[in-house]
Amino acid sequence: MNQSAWELFWTSLGPIVHGAIAGTIPLALASFAIGLALALGLALMRLSRRGWVSGIARVYISIVRGTPLLVQLFVIFYGLPSLGILIDPWPSAVVAFSLNVGGYAAEVIRAAILSVPKGQWEAAYMIGMSHRRALTRIILPQAARVSVPPLSNTFISLVKDTSLASLILVTELFREAQQVAAFSQEFMLLYLEAALVYWVICLGLSSVQSVLEKRLDRYVAH
Amino acid sequence: MSPTDPSNQPAADALLRVRGLQKSFGSNQVLASIDLTVGRGQVLALIGPSGSGKTTILRCLNGLELADGGTIDVGGELALDFATAPTKKQLAALRDRSAMVFQHYNLFPHKTVLENVVEGPVVVQRRPKAEVEAEALALLDRVGLSAKKNSYPFELSGGQQQRVGIVRALALRPQLLLFDEPTSSLDPELVGDVLRLIKELALEGWSMVIVTHELEFAREVATEVAFVDGGRIVEHGDPKQMLRHPKEERTRQFLHRLLFPF
Repeated sequence: MNQSAWELFWTSLGPIVHGAIAGTIPLALASFAIGLALALGLALMRLSRRGWVSGIARVYISIVRGTPLLVQLFVIFYGLPSLGILIDPWPSAVVAFSLNVGGYAAEVIRAAILSVPKGQWEAAYMIGMSHRRALTRIILPQAARVSVPPLSNTFISLVKDTSLASLILVTELFREAQQVAAFSQEFMLLYLEAALVYWVICLGLSSVQSVLEKRLDRYVAH
Repeated sequence: MSPTDPSNQPAADALLRVRGLQKSFGSNQVLASIDLTVGRGQVLALIGPSGSGKTTILRCLNGLELADGGTIDVGGELALDFATAPTKKQLAALRDRSAMVFQHYNLFPHKTVLENVVEGPVVVQRRPKAEVEAEALALLDRVGLSAKKNSYPFELSGGQQQRVGIVRALALRPQLLLFDEPTSSLDPELVGDVLRLIKELALEGWSMVIVTHELEFAREVATEVAFVDGGRIVEHGDPKQMLRHPKEERTRQFLHRLLFPF
């Protein structure tokens, strides 16, 4: 790389990292938090003995997983205004990503709950717990351990998928890179730089994941 | 009075009285009609081939299975008639009277030994934490596990886990202890510790129902033994008498198979 390329790299790192800190990361965190809450609700609905309750969740999950995230994003941002519902770029992106994560993580959480042995429910009932208390105090803490690796995958995918928000005018990592690229005409450099920053973020997340797994593994035989 | 009602037991002393208990899973009838009575401080041992329904009896007593019919009466003050489904409140009351020790221990793996024991008394029964912990530590000490109070279940041997399981049951202060094959998952050399503990509890006057294959133990500890087969109590009586001289042919065959497995 020649000197001017280096210079461009360093000067553009500012806006790109800013895009990550002000856009990508908060967008991913907010969507993941809301999405997880939604996913827990959907997972419990899926496990319900009432057919219509689990049916609703099943249909929801099927739609979310069966349609492209980009299409979901466009329906919310460009589609809803024709019904008179106008949502700003940022909240549109949070809504779309949360609904999406909700659908994917629901199946992870459902599987994790089912992976806890039946005897744990029985022991919880035996000591007098209600269903809800058994779930929150006995079952979910054990399900959490099982679901950390797959949920980390979901979160890492989400971080990268937030780049789609650039298409509905959200100022985030990739949109910043695009703007500098358009201005400087150095497409290869800027897009590789954007890729590098995504990669660094995901490396950080992977190490958070392994810390979390170690912490949750403290009560399991190795 | 039903034919299997132990006539030597005054009704007033009965802690547990079960009549006509029925349970089916789909078209598979597991309990045809079970009558049994456990007096205060008495130990009833349920023996029988696998699939005979003895574990289902125990699970019905703790409300882990809902019986389809029959009655369960505990202490003369709680009467459940399963002709109609019991309310949540009734079921909770039934569970409250008894505590169960599981074949596979079923300790909570994400909680320490002490947390396993105090969870029910503190979180469900809402008793003061300090008092419960002191009581739990005394119980753990008694079974030789106070040094393990901060260990997780995976760090314990099977025998230690089962002793914690027993302490967890005791800490609930139940009127009736239910043991579901408490030594069946244990390595042979660890069985003795657990059986000795259960025997001590029996001598202290705890009322118990034990599902077991340990005939020698049943003979020594139980005040009554009942042979369950095909969802019925085929025969019951004094352990020393019945295990040596069973009246029914099915009982005789079962005992023979246990004593001479090959």
